[in-house]
Amino acid sequence: MREILRFDEVSLTYQADNGEVDALRDINFSVNEGELVSIIGPSGCGKTTLLSLVAGLVAPSRGKIFVCGREVSGVLREVGYMLQKDSLLDWRSIFGNVMLGLEIRGLKENAQYVEHLLKSYGLWGFRDKHPSQLSGGMRQRAALIRTLAVKPDILLLDEAFSALDYQTRLVVADDVFNILRREKKSAVIVTHDIAEGISMADRIIVLSKRPGRVSMDFPLKFETGDSRTLPPLRRRDDPLFRQYFNDIRLELGINVI
Amino acid sequence: MLSDGRVKFLAAKKRRRVLIRVSQISILILTLVLWEGLARAGVIDSFIMSQPARILRTILNWQNNNLPLHIGVTFFETIIGFTLGALLGIFIAFVLWWSDVLAKIADPYLVVLNALPKIALGPVIIIWVGAGMQAVIVMALAISLIVTVMEMLNGFKNADPEFVKMAKTFGASRLQIFTKVIFPFNLSTLFNCLKINIGLSLVGVIAGEFLVSRAGLGYLIVYGGQVFQMDLVMTSVIILAVLAALLYRAVALLETAVMRAVRHR
Ligand SMILES: Nc1ncnc2c1ncn2[C@@H]1O[C@H](COP(=O)(O)OP(=O)(O)O)[C@@H](O)[C@H]1O
Ligand SMILES: [Mg+2]
Repeated sequence: MREILRFDEVSLTYQADNGEVDALRDINFSVNEGELVSIIGPSGCGKTTLLSLVAGLVAPSRGKIFVCGREVSGVLREVGYMLQKDSLLDWRSIFGNVMLGLEIRGLKENAQYVEHLLKSYGLWGFRDKHPSQLSGGMRQRAALIRTLAVKPDILLLDEAFSALDYQTRLVVADDVFNILRREKKSAVIVTHDIAEGISMADRIIVLSKRPGRVSMDFPLKFETGDSRTLPPLRRRDDPLFRQYFNDIRLELGINVI
Repeated sequence: MLSDGRVKFLAAKKRRRVLIRVSQISILILTLVLWEGLARAGVIDSFIMSQPARILRTILNWQNNNLPLHIGVTFFETIIGFTLGALLGIFIAFVLWWSDVLAKIADPYLVVLNALPKIALGPVIIIWVGAGMQAVIVMALAISLIVTVMEMLNGFKNADPEFVKMAKTFGASRLQIFTKVIFPFNLSTLFNCLKINIGLSLVGVIAGEFLVSRAGLGYLIVYGGQVFQMDLVMTSVIILAVLAALLYRAVALLETAVMRAVRHR
């Protein structure tokens, strides 16, 4: 199986005005093609930093990161990034928004693919609407399509659902999972929500408190189905779900007082 | 079918609107009537205070006193000064947004220049660019330039960082970040700025015309004062007020048109 992403002894220290911040320390892991990996960790442990490294927005202090075998040094075409907020530009229509990445990268030939995505995922009828006219879930879908439009090999999702209310969140997680599976994408899904992390991935990586280190890295297996096909909402009923939840909770040191 | 409460609410709202409009118009009419009446009764000296009827006569006499020329000159100088001020202001703000170091270096100068009353530069401007229409235009430009730079730079710097990050994840260049995110994000800042600038430009033009000019409403006001023709002065002031209001409306209409055009892409 092709390796899409690899962290090789990566550490990152931010140089801030009021001193150094050790964000990540000695990170090693890899992601294979088609794999969905959840990274779970407490706030401030360096999850966003980790994704920024993959996206080429910041450079590591030590170690190397490889995407599809190439060392990351700047923004790579193979990487698609979905931020916490949908960041849809309110002065553009939905179509204008999902075309943004293609415009920036000069990939107008992907327009057909965008049309296909909009049609497949129920946004074609909304293409002339503006973001403020769409529900939170629809907006998140539009943001996902904007990211998929540039045909990345790996997607990075940074707490992509945390701005949504709880009910919408459950639905959108299901939605995004299905889209990622249908488009056969690999993804790194970052979250501080343990249940959300378990519900969406094939594998779990747990980061410790800052400076973030990998404290757990294990594949998910369920009794009621394969992690490749078992959708997020259904997983929550699986007997093993609670066990994974508790393992991670204990690892993160969240105890009943 | 509207509920009783709704009908009452709407009626009350409408009554308020009518009351406000009627009051506004009444004040205007009352002022004019009082002014005219007092002048006719000889309570105020219409030679010094002028009088609505005489102002009206001055306006109707536009062929002899060359009013259209003076209005045209002031209008032209204002539009040119305003446009140049806006374009140059946006450009400088763009450069300062691009280079943070330049912005830091320029900061104290901007603050001082902003506080300086630009009218004081009048004589300097005349010596530098020559006494004539060009001096008036530069005056109009100078008065709106620094505010534009400061306002726009502030807007550019405060564009939503999440939008900027999103554009960066697609590998956007700095220029792309500006054209696709920063500038459109600040369109409303720009128009707020322009709405203030149009008034400022007019101030610059009138001040410039006071100092050097052979035509324009500012010239007419000074000339009317010198030859003690208060009718001409008052007429010019009133025309100026109308011109200012119309120019402001024009910018507001432009804003609506641009916003609509941008949203329809
Ligand atoms: N640009 C930066 N400069 C200095 N410190 C930063 C910067 N970005 C993040 N940090 C710090 O690094 C740590 C990790 O941040 P982040 O990756 O955003 O964590 P998470 O996404 O897990 O909440 C935090 O303590 C944060 O304050
Ligand atoms: Mg974060």
